[in-house]
Amino acid sequence: MYVAVKGGEKAIENAHAWLAELRRGDPALAELGVEQIVQQLRLAVDRVMTEGSLYDPELAALAIKQARGDLIEAIFLLRAYRTTLPRFAAACPLDTARMALKRRVSATFKDLPGGQVLGPTFDYTHRLLDFALAAEGAAPEPAPEAEPDVAGTLPRVTDLLAGEDLIETAQSAEDEERHVADITRESLSLPAGRDLRLQMLARGDEGFLLALAYSTQRGFGNSHPFAAEIRGGQVDVSLVPEELGFEIEIGEIEVTECQMVNQFLGGEETPPQFTRGYGLAFGQSERKAMAMALVDRALRAAELGEESDAPANDAEFVLYHCDNVQATGFTEHLKLPHYVDFQSELSMLRRLRAEFLAREDSGEGDDQEAAE
Amino acid sequence: MPTSHTAASETETTSAEPAAEAGQTQQPPRGRPDPARQRWLSVLAKSPREELEALAPDSLHSLTWRSLRAPEIGTLMLRGRTGGDGAAFNLGETTVTRCSLEVEHAGQSLIGHGYVLGRDKRHAQLVALLDALLQHPQQREALETCVVAPLEAMQDARRRRQARKAAATKVNFFTLVRGDD
Repeated sequence: MYVAVKGGEKAIENAHAWLAELRRGDPALAELGVEQIVQQLRLAVDRVMTEGSLYDPELAALAIKQARGDLIEAIFLLRAYRTTLPRFAAACPLDTARMALKRRVSATFKDLPGGQVLGPTFDYTHRLLDFALAAEGAAPEPAPEAEPDVAGTLPRVTDLLAGEDLIETAQSAEDEERHVADITRESLSLPAGRDLRLQMLARGDEGFLLALAYSTQRGFGNSHPFAAEIRGGQVDVSLVPEELGFEIEIGEIEVTECQMVNQFLGGEETPPQFTRGYGLAFGQSERKAMAMALVDRALRAAELGEESDAPANDAEFVLYHCDNVQATGFTEHLKLPHYVDFQSELSMLRRLRAEFLAREDSGEGDDQEAAE
Repeated sequence: MPTSHTAASETETTSAEPAAEAGQTQQPPRGRPDPARQRWLSVLAKSPREELEALAPDSLHSLTWRSLRAPEIGTLMLRGRTGGDGAAFNLGETTVTRCSLEVEHAGQSLIGHGYVLGRDKRHAQLVALLDALLQHPQQREALETCVVAPLEAMQDARRRRQARKAAATKVNFFTLVRGDD
């Protein structure tokens, strides 16, 4: 039960003033610019865009600044802003095969066309704190360059495997007029189609999905995954404006894609083959894309006739709890006034205790007296 | 002039009666793709606004034009495909800005459309203005040479630079020989 209580305006105002002061920090230090966040804290920006479900680096950076670096708060801000904008249309699906690659690695094939391209990765760093970064210094030298030995775009690894029928083919892309589920317009109902699951996982909390993905590897779920391919880079965004009636490209965005393949022993009608889990995220969000791919595959266990009693196999559990804006809203609302709720609990508890003690006094609790 | 232009002008102008009927038909007219226009719209949208401003001819500022759709900011739902090549799913939105206008130039009335990612209204307007002018037969060549081609070259150079940096991080495997048995 909620009862409106007035009061606290001045306290709230002053609290926010203090928040603003602390956000700025020591005024003797230079203020952090939004463009600096876009450039120098890019992976935080990418995460906020991915889970905020809105690609706009400047807005994500502003949200990070406003939230003092609290990324879930920043995601919340971005989601709230999104609701103020009209949606013009849906874009044509991104073509990740035509990605301008910064990175492309495969854990399954050493010698694939185009090779293993590491890109700007933390992998193979020693994870030792670099104190040189704490001192102001000159900008680093531009990264080395080399002549690419394959011109143009590189095929996806899964396309290479598909030739032998060793890997399941993706669900048909034929019916383009098919309704695509949208969690921002419809509420979740189960069973959820894979399109809705993928959208929710794409927006889902990285930490939650990471833990679920990890659980499938440790034994809570029957998963034997290989990272067939991880690729990152820019893809074109295109749409068909009504006024033109044909497709035009209107810009490019950066994404990370992960294709996991899992062994599958086959069913009554399908021969043994590799099955696939898919992850796609804005920006350079590799951990997120990998976790998403593992959880996507785990959620398919039942449809593939596999054992499906682990947490990551449970669509209701995963989908209802993966959104960190929802989760933080319900968890953090506990700190808001529950005075009346608590009063009623308190009076009930007092009554129960009085009844209990009265029973004791009337001699029903002889053996307890000794204990007291 | 392609038919899609007149269709657009009808829906945007206030007086024309066919507009009301056109507005009630469910499907927009499927225009025939115009490869030249697709290319310049792509190049103009993908270029930073500063580069567009720098290369746009001065005559752009003295043009007579009227707004059909003032620059407006909204979102576009981006889609991925399951497995990269399967059925579509909604990935998340992006901010986008669009603008439509009508340019009167050298006896012709031309409708230009601008769509750009992000929230830069001036960028969308510049794209729309240039889109209109590029449809004018006497303007196209000059604009192609002075604006579109140089912008495209700069984009290609950025892309090539990235590809070269990526190539420098390509792993060259070598096998250790264990010795003769």
